[in-house]
Amino acid sequence: MKKANLEVIVVYEELLNEYPLPSSVKEEIKKELERINANEDIARKVVERCYQVYLTNLMEPGEAAGIVAAQSIGEPGTQMTMRTFHYAGVAEIDVTLGLPRLIEILDVRKNPSTPMMTIKLLPEYAQDRDKATEIANKIEATYILDLADLATDIRRMRIIISPDEKAMKNKGITLEEIKKKVEKSLKNVEVELVEDKIVVQVTEPSYKLLMDTLDKLKKLVLTGIKEIRRVIVRKDEQSGEYVLYTEGSNLRKVMKVKGVDARRTVTNNIYEIYEVLGIEAARNAVIREAISTLEEQGLEVNIRHIMLVADVMTADGELRQIGRHGVAGEKQSILARAAFEMTVNNLLEAAVRGDVDMLKGITENIIVGQPIKLGTGDVELVLKFGSKF
Amino acid sequence: MMTKFRLQDHILVPEHILLSEEEAEEVLKTLGIKKEMLPKIRADDPVAKEIGAKPGQIVKIIRKSPTAGKSIAYRLVI
Repeated sequence: MKKANLEVIVVYEELLNEYPLPSSVKEEIKKELERINANEDIARKVVERCYQVYLTNLMEPGEAAGIVAAQSIGEPGTQMTMRTFHYAGVAEIDVTLGLPRLIEILDVRKNPSTPMMTIKLLPEYAQDRDKATEIANKIEATYILDLADLATDIRRMRIIISPDEKAMKNKGITLEEIKKKVEKSLKNVEVELVEDKIVVQVTEPSYKLLMDTLDKLKKLVLTGIKEIRRVIVRKDEQSGEYVLYTEGSNLRKVMKVKGVDARRTVTNNIYEIYEVLGIEAARNAVIREAISTLEEQGLEVNIRHIMLVADVMTADGELRQIGRHGVAGEKQSILARAAFEMTVNNLLEAAVRGDVDMLKGITENIIVGQPIKLGTGDVELVLKFGSKF
Repeated sequence: MMTKFRLQDHILVPEHILLSEEEAEEVLKTLGIKKEMLPKIRADDPVAKEIGAKPGQIVKIIRKSPTAGKSIAYRLVI
């Protein structure tokens, strides 16, 4: 019985492979065929019928896919919250949501207002809270003020760093290491270890230099990655592994940290993904971020529309924003550009250059009142002389 | 340090395959278009560098698509 079943499944697969159907559709048909336990004849009929339906559901040539996508995203967009809405998402990290976030994604901001990373760990670290915390400490930027008190001694022109032993132990850093870091990053000073304190002596008797040194000390990152301001360790309820969530993002550096599973570590900074992982990853990131932003607002937009937007944004091999500096600004037609933004500027510049608009696109033809090359306007009837009907 | 990992193993990066000249020719023939009409990928794209793509070559990308299961795209290296 089992063996026969297997044979039938092979028959189904062979049958399906004759048709250029998407693999997800094939899977579905196969499952259904198995359920009804169809023989070869019936299976062939079913598949053939499915293929016919598939063909009738395909997008027709000349269909205004872009307009449909724009309207499908635009209409739910009107229902999104206009104000910058922050939301204490996973693990108390503030994330921009709603319309501001959607605009951020489509504008390809290089510095989104709330960068955030989700860092997954390698199996040997992911199960253990202590090990996860250890990595979190390595990643989180630690400033000298987190570990020590700073005191300025103006009379003797020096700064005294008195570290807190407990804090140092927590971060896994020693006095020696702090001293080395301080020595490396400061100029015009002598660094000395006096008992459990570090004394930074300014070489020149200048009050300004002392204050500058103090400022530099305060900004000095002792351990961790500068951009990562905060790390939170959370246990993922579904998989049972510990995951790190960060405020701030630096994908390139975090991926190199030992114990981090670089394969599954992501950021919400799309431009960073583009730089580190390339154009195809950026395309995926745009889709993911846009869909999750819309879904979070309770809006359902078919993913195909978002995919089209992402395709347009990444078609040139670099991440372009939807807007006057990107997709819309690179249109060939002057009228189409003028219709979008900065009408006067565009027309003036075109006039100065003596540009010609070939009226090949949609927008410009609507402006001048001609039929557009879209849908039924895209086809022409040609009479073939001497042909039999 | 860490073991070097392939960018293509990252969950966001789909599989990139560099096509040989004959394969590229075949693809263009079935699609009925010229090279320049394909979407582009820069030669200094991290993944393009990883597979050693040179300008003028065509990269086949096998995407995991939420709608079609698996979809194949092509990009011209520039």
